Amino acid sequence: MTTMTEADQRGNGASPENDILVEVKNLQMYFPVTAGIIFQRAVAQIKAVDDVSFFVRKGETLGLVGESGCGKTTTGRCILQLYKPTGGQVVFDGQELTSMSTRQMRVMRRRMQVIFQDPYSSLNPRMTAGNIIGEPLIVHGLVNNKEEYRERVAELLQNVGLNPYMADRFPHEFSGGQRQRIGVARALSVDPSFIVCDEPVSALDVSIQAQIVNLLEDLQEQFDLTYLFIAHDLSVVRHISNRVAVMYLGHIVEVADRNEIYANPLHPYTRALLSAVPIPDPVIDAQRERILLSGEVPSPLNPPNGCVFHPRCPIAIDSCQQVIPELREVEPDHWAACIQSPGYGSY
Amino acid sequence: MATLLEVKDLRTHFFTFEGVVKAVDGVSYEVEEGETLGLVGESGCGKSVSALSLMRLIPDPPGKIVSGEMLFEGEDILKIDMDDMRRIRGAKMSMVFQEPMTSLNPVLTLERQLSETLQLHRGMSREEARNESVDLLARVGIPDAERRVKQYPHQFSGGMRQRVMIAMALSCNPRLIIADEPTTALDVTIQAQILELMKSLTNEFGVSLIVITHNLGVVARYADRMNIMYAGKIIERGTAREVYSNPRHPYTVGLLKSVPRLDLPRRAKLDPIEGQPPDLINLPQGCSFRDRCRWAVDKCATEEPPLMLMNEGHWSACWRSDELGPSALDFYADAEMLEGATNGGSAADSEPEEEN
Repeated sequence: MTTMTEADQRGNGASPENDILVEVKNLQMYFPVTAGIIFQRAVAQIKAVDDVSFFVRKGETLGLVGESGCGKTTTGRCILQLYKPTGGQVVFDGQELTSMSTRQMRVMRRRMQVIFQDPYSSLNPRMTAGNIIGEPLIVHGLVNNKEEYRERVAELLQNVGLNPYMADRFPHEFSGGQRQRIGVARALSVDPSFIVCDEPVSALDVSIQAQIVNLLEDLQEQFDLTYLFIAHDLSVVRHISNRVAVMYLGHIVEVADRNEIYANPLHPYTRALLSAVPIPDPVIDAQRERILLSGEVPSPLNPPNGCVFHPRCPIAIDSCQQVIPELREVEPDHWAACIQSPGYGSY
Repeated sequence: MATLLEVKDLRTHFFTFEGVVKAVDGVSYEVEEGETLGLVGESGCGKSVSALSLMRLIPDPPGKIVSGEMLFEGEDILKIDMDDMRRIRGAKMSMVFQEPMTSLNPVLTLERQLSETLQLHRGMSREEARNESVDLLARVGIPDAERRVKQYPHQFSGGMRQRVMIAMALSCNPRLIIADEPTTALDVTIQAQILELMKSLTNEFGVSLIVITHNLGVVARYADRMNIMYAGKIIERGTAREVYSNPRHPYTVGLLKSVPRLDLPRRAKLDPIEGQPPDLINLPQGCSFRDRCRWAVDKCATEEPPLMLMNEGHWSACWRSDELGPSALDFYADAEMLEGATNGGSAADSEPEEEN
């Protein structure tokens, strides 16, 4: 399984260097743990994201999966500079973001937006839907007069499948799925090229999830968007992403094309994660092999030495306790961070 | 197998200022001894309320069980007084709640919380209860139980807290455990651990289990039979194998088709159920699913379909059930759904079967 399925990589074949929209290099985000009431001092560090590198190509969707606390949301926020990373670089369309001033960054934010997980708490309950969607237009000075503003808000509402007359309603008058549509419309309002979707469907019911996933795909085509899709639901990620990156305890352990990673997972964590997802068909599910991981994710406050996965890994060997495996391209366009994956080479 | 619990025409309504919310409206089902029953539906369909009704934990006011019978071991537990109910609750019937973070008391050690039930229902002395608590924690797979039992809930992770909840539910050797979304708050790998644990413990002790969930995968893996609820009613029921392979209600078909599947080639588009679930205060006349239904006909607007027998043990509440079935579940009905032949082969055998 070395050949990639080119057919479904929308426009990924061309020269990869110019194609890259977002590149993350050796990103680190450490949060200090403080003690003391008045004179707070750092007593430890939580390594939420530790030496993460990846890139997102123009027009593609990169899925970022992992369990809670693995650093996927932090990674998304670091890209948007909502957190100031401890180390590393984020390059957006050739420009380095981590060294930018607040003012420069504000201009960049017009090109990169975010959709949040919880449509119940991410919308201001005192603002109407229209004002929530229109606020960025005013902040960034994208409209000249009230007439334009109204027209643009109406257009955005229609883009996400809501009616323009709903602009005067408040968030509590909408259902969960409709609220998430408002969140999408707000992200679209500044006409961005890159959107971080942070678990946009996790809080929604299954029948509504599919509506939002389809909407995101339609909008991607219509407005030529690039997504970083953060989620823990592997079946949704496989559906929406072109490539998938798997995170564990602050590290990316595997990156590959969506079909490749599901057909030929190389990292033992990816395998366990895939086998843990129950298939909604009792007959097929009963035939699947299960890899039940023992134990729980260790604390990022005190991560294990060597490979962070080794305490739970079913195939760990002695070297795993010493070597921190770097992410290597073990097959064309398939990266893995496991010293035992075939093709990893010497360490 | 003997029937452990029989629910007949249960109706639980909430009387609010805006009107009467018919959260559970005429639900009947039974639970056999030792079986796992899945109760599936989306938020607001009444699945949690029907579970709380079983335990008679509906807040009154505004809620009220307005009619119905609940025969537990042959006795109607809706008719007995609250003192008797208290003796059943926790002892013969117990519950595992969704939120392991909020359903334990944060200011008491686990020992105190586990002992309480044991002393109350099994008449143990404090010493006996303490030893039993340690045994219980060890049984649900908590390492170093001797030391851990003296700790407080915040010292446990989410998965561990859910194990504690299960230990508590098992503590009095109940006949029936109701698990309300037991793994929704947990990660997939932990979810698998917890569900395997519940399955093995219920098998070991012959306990019946009602699993309430919106996750179709969980039901497929763990339930023997299932009920699917929509707008306060059961709209389809049968063995899990039968319902998944031969769904006879448009809502079931819709649910199954709206989720992406890891084991099948990727579809170009998902197939959502359009629209929103109805408002439980103003339920439309006729079938409550008809506004979202592709198969709806005139009759659906006037007459509400009752649960009708399809096959042995398989019921569906739809006027057009006979036209549904495996053919309705064709994931690639539209030619455009299939996304090029290249994907076909690889994803179907997406199993990591090799060396480990």
